[in-house]
Amino acid sequence: MTDIGLNQYLHLSALLFALGFFGVLLRKNTLVIYMGLELMLIASTLALVAFSHFNGTLDGNIFVFFILTIAAAEVAVGLAIIVALFRQRHTVQVEELNHLKH
Amino acid sequence: MSHLLFYTFTFLTLGGAVLVVVNKNAVNAAMFLLVSLVGVAGLFVLLDAALLAFVLLLVYAGAVVALFLFIIMLLDTTPDALKPFKKSTIAAATLGGALLVVGVLSLYHRAEFPAAAAPGAGPSLKAYAEQLFTTYLLPVQVVGFMLLVAMLGVIVLSKKFADPEDAK
Repeated sequence: MTDIGLNQYLHLSALLFALGFFGVLLRKNTLVIYMGLELMLIASTLALVAFSHFNGTLDGNIFVFFILTIAAAEVAVGLAIIVALFRQRHTVQVEELNHLKH
Repeated sequence: MSHLLFYTFTFLTLGGAVLVVVNKNAVNAAMFLLVSLVGVAGLFVLLDAALLAFVLLLVYAGAVVALFLFIIMLLDTTPDALKPFKKSTIAAATLGGALLVVGVLSLYHRAEFPAAAAPGAGPSLKAYAEQLFTTYLLPVQVVGFMLLVAMLGVIVLSKKFADPEDAK
């Protein structure tokens, strides 16, 4: 078995990103769509840490700190928006949130 | 031994991610997101970034997923099924998958990947702090400001706006 190199981590990161992407496209529930977005962010942090490890620098790890902070703030604000939307429309299914259409 | 650990954590991560995407129940999806996060934290430890693994578990698994669960249970949604596929969706997905494969293969042929570094204790907390307070000081301050703005935004968004007639 070959060594676990940078390639394997990048493949894993790309697969995880693709899974999150399909989660965003295929689900009707807004909250599960949001979870797919978080999966994409996690995949990008994995790629950053892998590169940082194999290049011997620290910059990727520091960037992951910032990504975690921004993801947490984004989740808070996004969920507040979803709750406010639910109060108005009483649904979180994406297909029923179509008041901007025509 | 490290191969076995890598494959275990990979299985946890990808299995959790697949189950997040296909699960009908939103609460189950949040639980499998937790499983996926544990897998990614294990991979971070394998990459000598133990501090980041703990921060990931604290912030993401501890705060973000907990917040998701609060909101899912607050909004009391009904379980839904996956949408049926349309032909344009299948065509777009095939095209996207082909582009991804082409990108990965071209990366193989052209890039010079560095060899694996010797596994060590990894960077210490002092090294992180040194970078955060010298090279990356401006992003730290900006992120602090952004957190303040996010907190204010959440407070404003969750207020119930009274009708203008009631104020008179």
